[in-house]
Amino acid sequence: MRRIITATVQNSSGVLNRITGMLSKRAFNIESITVGTTEIEGISKMTFVVEIPDANKIEQLTKQLNKQIDVLKVNDITEKAIVQRELALIKVGSTSASRAEIQGVIEPFRARVLDVSRDSLVIEVTGKPDKIEALIDLLHPYGIKDMTRTGVTAFPRGKQPRQVQEFTLSV
Amino acid sequence: MKTQTETHTQPVEQKLRTGADLFVQSLVEEKVDTVFGYPGGAVLPIYDALYRADAPFQHILCRHEQGLIHAAEGYARVTGKPGVVIATSGPGATNLITGITDAMMDSLPVVVFTGQVSTAVIGSDAFQEADVIGLTTPITKHNYQVTDIKDLPRITREAFHIATTGRPGPVVVDIPKNIAQEITDKTFDTSFHLPGYQPTVKPNPLQIRRLAEALAKAKKPVLLAGAGVHFADASEELKAFAEKFELPVTTTLLGLGSFPGGHEQALGMAGMHGSYSANMAIYEADLLINIGARFDDRLTGAIQHFAPEAAVAHIDIDPAEIGKNIETKIPVVGDAKEALTALLDIDIECTDHSSWSEETMNNKKEYPFWFERSDDLISPQWLIESVHRETDGHAIVTTDVGQHQMWAAQFYQFNSPHKWVTSGGLGTMGFGLPAAIGAQLGRPEETVVAIVGDGGFQMTMQEMAVVKQHNLPIKVIIVNNEALGMVRQWQEKFYEERYSASLMTENPDFIKLAEGFGVKGIRVSKETDVPSVIKEVFQHDGPVLVDARVQKLDKVFPMVAPGKGNHEMIGVKQCEE
Repeated sequence: MRRIITATVQNSSGVLNRITGMLSKRAFNIESITVGTTEIEGISKMTFVVEIPDANKIEQLTKQLNKQIDVLKVNDITEKAIVQRELALIKVGSTSASRAEIQGVIEPFRARVLDVSRDSLVIEVTGKPDKIEALIDLLHPYGIKDMTRTGVTAFPRGKQPRQVQEFTLSV
Repeated sequence: MKTQTETHTQPVEQKLRTGADLFVQSLVEEKVDTVFGYPGGAVLPIYDALYRADAPFQHILCRHEQGLIHAAEGYARVTGKPGVVIATSGPGATNLITGITDAMMDSLPVVVFTGQVSTAVIGSDAFQEADVIGLTTPITKHNYQVTDIKDLPRITREAFHIATTGRPGPVVVDIPKNIAQEITDKTFDTSFHLPGYQPTVKPNPLQIRRLAEALAKAKKPVLLAGAGVHFADASEELKAFAEKFELPVTTTLLGLGSFPGGHEQALGMAGMHGSYSANMAIYEADLLINIGARFDDRLTGAIQHFAPEAAVAHIDIDPAEIGKNIETKIPVVGDAKEALTALLDIDIECTDHSSWSEETMNNKKEYPFWFERSDDLISPQWLIESVHRETDGHAIVTTDVGQHQMWAAQFYQFNSPHKWVTSGGLGTMGFGLPAAIGAQLGRPEETVVAIVGDGGFQMTMQEMAVVKQHNLPIKVIIVNNEALGMVRQWQEKFYEERYSASLMTENPDFIKLAEGFGVKGIRVSKETDVPSVIKEVFQHDGPVLVDARVQKLDKVFPMVAPGKGNHEMIGVKQCEE
């Protein structure tokens, strides 16, 4: 099961190390982590995407996260109505002849060109991970020279549908 | 940003103080009475402050940092107070790693202060630099590196608070040398706020109610008591609860003594080398109430066979333990004492389960722990029984890890809490002797016996020097079978007697060794000599080391083979009477 989990943490030194260390020690497979500050000084928020085999393990993950002294709040938002975004920068090979074609490919994805050189383009795209995957697929034939992705950052939408199947902990 | 924590009410005559002075002051304020420490370059400012200060605590210099931390664990285990350790940077800190992990696994409140190189050279691979935070993050409840003198007093307080509250555990505070040397004329605010750390002590009444309802319906209820009962000081409540509802009680290895071993409802220890009656009670139970145990795999055996018929209720102050290893139907997050008190307050009409109680007690009578006496060589189990008889079950017993540990768990009957000091979770050899030192310092009025193996003893035997230096009347009994006995047992049973590197045929002369340390040494090799030797040992007013030559090939039985269920114990014998 792919879960999206957010953790609000105190911005003390080593907190990221502490949390990723705990996850790796307990054999949780982290797909991505994003971290950034929040509107409150000294408080950061992390978004994890984690691949977990079963429900028990999800509960264990959230409990172990909660147990960390620096962690203020943990939320498994996988089942909620959420906004999730990832940013990717993709450097793709191009010639003057293919440039316009690539432009046409990326346009429906609302991606944009950040840099142009004689033989490459740098493209910026944000969106859900599957949208980014789709664009990468389309760009492959042109030759991807470099790529970097931020991983997912996410939080619940302002309004939740009434019938949200929330993941409930037994404790 | 200007710190708001500085107060400006300092009297003018206030002397200038160093970070090290503030640190020593913090220990005094925490009412520390014993510090286990070893000096070195990075903690010289702290040692100088200790020298200058008229600190109301004793400093114990062990001979190796591993000795420090195990001694602190022993101290913490028998007193319930935090064990305090000071070690220097680099090798001083890394030598503590085993003990810190041990304290983490067994939830012992230990506060470790390590020296660190100066902040200016941190990260430069300076002399005796080690990344203590990186090294200890996975093995501590929490850790800190002090980077500003103003934080030092507050962090020290937080460290003690975190180590001793909730589920206890080790906390490391890394203090760079320049912070310890820095001079200040200020007093710093020590108040702290840890919004992410608010342990649930009082259990939720609804959870208690669910447990009570399950208990009322249960036909085959069993209690399982773990170390959490010790930490919560809940032995009285446990006994009252068990007696009120006539529940059979089993314990984990670390839970020994939380319920009187001689009590008629006591089934003894469960698990790999537990009693047949304890394991069968859990196997057949329809309600298993776990109080402060974490379902270690040495307790559960193959989990598909662990309490297969039972609804599991689990009382634990650490919510992350609930459901971690065993599916739990009734979780109760909270302190064991609070939970048991709440349960005692509820009126429950229980289903009659007297036939169940009778069945479990019959098992206890019919399948006790057993061993074969011999007329010549000493049976290790009998040796331990003799120690029990001589001390009337009231001694504090520390052990290393292996066969002697299991025999001690089986044949020394613990009737009161805080008497059993052993490395359960990590299984650390070399634990017994230093832990005995800590235990004896923490409880000077008690008899302390270190039952160790010839293997484990040789890992930390240099601490005999501390025993001598402080004339601690510890009785060290080496259960000497000239082997890593448990390793050999497994090699015999599961590796077709290929005794790879497990035989210790070139042991030192332990008697000469004892004498070298200035300690009385006694060798005993005949069964018939045991009673008089044991008497002599406990009458001697000071430390004694006994080299007890036991039968070499004795094994710990009964046993659950790895991968098997607890109901498939081997080496169970029916009582012949």
